[in-house]
Amino acid sequence: MKESLKIGACFSVLLILALIMLFPLVFTVSNSFMTEGEIRFNYRMEETDGGYVNLKWIPDWVSLDQYKALLFDRMQFLIMFWNSLLLVVPIVVGQVVVATMASFGLSQFQFRGRETLFFLYIITMLMPFQVTLVPNYLAMDWLGLLDSRAAIILPSIFSAFGVFLLRQFMIGIPRSYVEAAKIDGAGYLTIFVHIIIPMSRPGISALVILTFVDYWNMVEQPLIFLHDAFKQPLSIYLSRVNEGELGLAFAAAVLYMLPMVFVFLYAENDLIEGIQLSGVKG
Amino acid sequence: MRNIVKKIFYRETNIALLFLAPSLAGFALFYLLPFGAGFYYSLMDSPIQGSFVGLANYRELLQSDSFRLAAQNSGLFTVMGVPLVMAISLALALMLDRALPLRNWLRATYVMPLVVPVASIVLVWQLLFDSSGAVNALLTLWGGAAADWMNSPWARVVVLLVYLWKTIGYNMILFLAGLQNIPKDYYEAAALDGAGPFRQMWSITLVYLTPTTFFVAIMSIISSFKVFRETYLIAGDYPHESIYFLQHYMNNMFQALDYQKLTSASFLMAAAIILVVVILFRFERKFHGSVS
Repeated sequence: MKESLKIGACFSVLLILALIMLFPLVFTVSNSFMTEGEIRFNYRMEETDGGYVNLKWIPDWVSLDQYKALLFDRMQFLIMFWNSLLLVVPIVVGQVVVATMASFGLSQFQFRGRETLFFLYIITMLMPFQVTLVPNYLAMDWLGLLDSRAAIILPSIFSAFGVFLLRQFMIGIPRSYVEAAKIDGAGYLTIFVHIIIPMSRPGISALVILTFVDYWNMVEQPLIFLHDAFKQPLSIYLSRVNEGELGLAFAAAVLYMLPMVFVFLYAENDLIEGIQLSGVKG
Repeated sequence: MRNIVKKIFYRETNIALLFLAPSLAGFALFYLLPFGAGFYYSLMDSPIQGSFVGLANYRELLQSDSFRLAAQNSGLFTVMGVPLVMAISLALALMLDRALPLRNWLRATYVMPLVVPVASIVLVWQLLFDSSGAVNALLTLWGGAAADWMNSPWARVVVLLVYLWKTIGYNMILFLAGLQNIPKDYYEAAALDGAGPFRQMWSITLVYLTPTTFFVAIMSIISSFKVFRETYLIAGDYPHESIYFLQHYMNNMFQALDYQKLTSASFLMAAAIILVVVILFRFERKFHGSVS
């Protein structure tokens, strides 16, 4: 009896908090189906009579106008969506390749300075983007990469986070697997491709999702390195659409998060397992 | 025999370095060198053809009110936010660590904020916390007084909420994994010896969670810096003074082309971060060592 009471209490607390967690998501989706007029009316865009915003859940009239306006009436949205992909896909692919290799080196080999090197990666990972901003900016200027996507893509590929996450993951792979393969005559490349990579699948999936989300959302880097308005990613557009065209903002947000939600639903278990296993070993 | 061992050792090192090479090259080029260069610039009076001025930039920086404000806010936010988010995540993980209805759904829901785009959250947040927003609408409806959330010290609480909302899920997943790794018979043995629930929590759960806690602390510190992004999108370059963070300061120094202040500020911030990580490492080694 006491146990079931406990379960009931835990469940209620967790459920209420979960609903709060979901609120921004559900709200955005439901509002994306309202007409612009309804949004403007509820959120008091033109009135200054001291009235309050009226959060509305169910549209009076389900409409796809906002989506239509974004996808068909203006090119800007699609161009910026494409720009986001042009930035994020190379970053994710590059970071996964570089970090998988480096983590193999850091987790399955013994060499002097290994722990110090890992410590350096951790420190770097903690530094906010602004810390190396000036020297990076000057270096990009010197390399002639300002205003090009490479100025954002190149440093991001070598971000320490990937190495940190995958090293944490791979250190849990018993060395006996590698030893056994070596005795069978396998080279390190074979071991890497046929043992380490398949065994690290959840870790790699988690890394793909987390970096994808992180860079899909980036704001500071494009503001500083990409002045060309035609190269700016969707995250910048969305941060501005909030100010002016509130009518479009909800649908823009929904379209913007679709790729991430698909990735999440597809690899949710891998993501959770990947995060979990990376945190267990010291 | 010794030579052979030595040879293998060297070969292992070489192969490890081969796999590490791309990462190390990029890491050095885009992080370590800029960091060193940044320190160098912080000692000069101009990044281009400047002359050496020693610690003058630092002195000037420490006298600047806006830097002190930003450093204080950032420090305070991390020092208060990180333990808070860790405590809440651990509490939720402990609640979820049993057979519950909808358990997998709950777990997935808490992770969901990780994939919701920042900008759409900002939109909802503005509708909630604007001076004519939904929170004030509710407050006045219930006879309370409306507050200007984003333009008062309350702004700190609002940013803290965004931070909690975003970080709890990830931490909870980590703690949950840590909890599941503690053998159940430890608790049974402790109960037989007469240890109560609090004693068990203190001497078993928290002790065996040390490696996880270390990891969670690192991740939470990172996210406490990343909340700048949300703050920036909600409140712009110059938010209310209670949420003016170091990154705001650095961004504004960058816009103002004051590279000296920016590089010295970033170096001080880096030094503080390194100090925190070293302390965390010490703690982890100490506790982890005492377990095994």
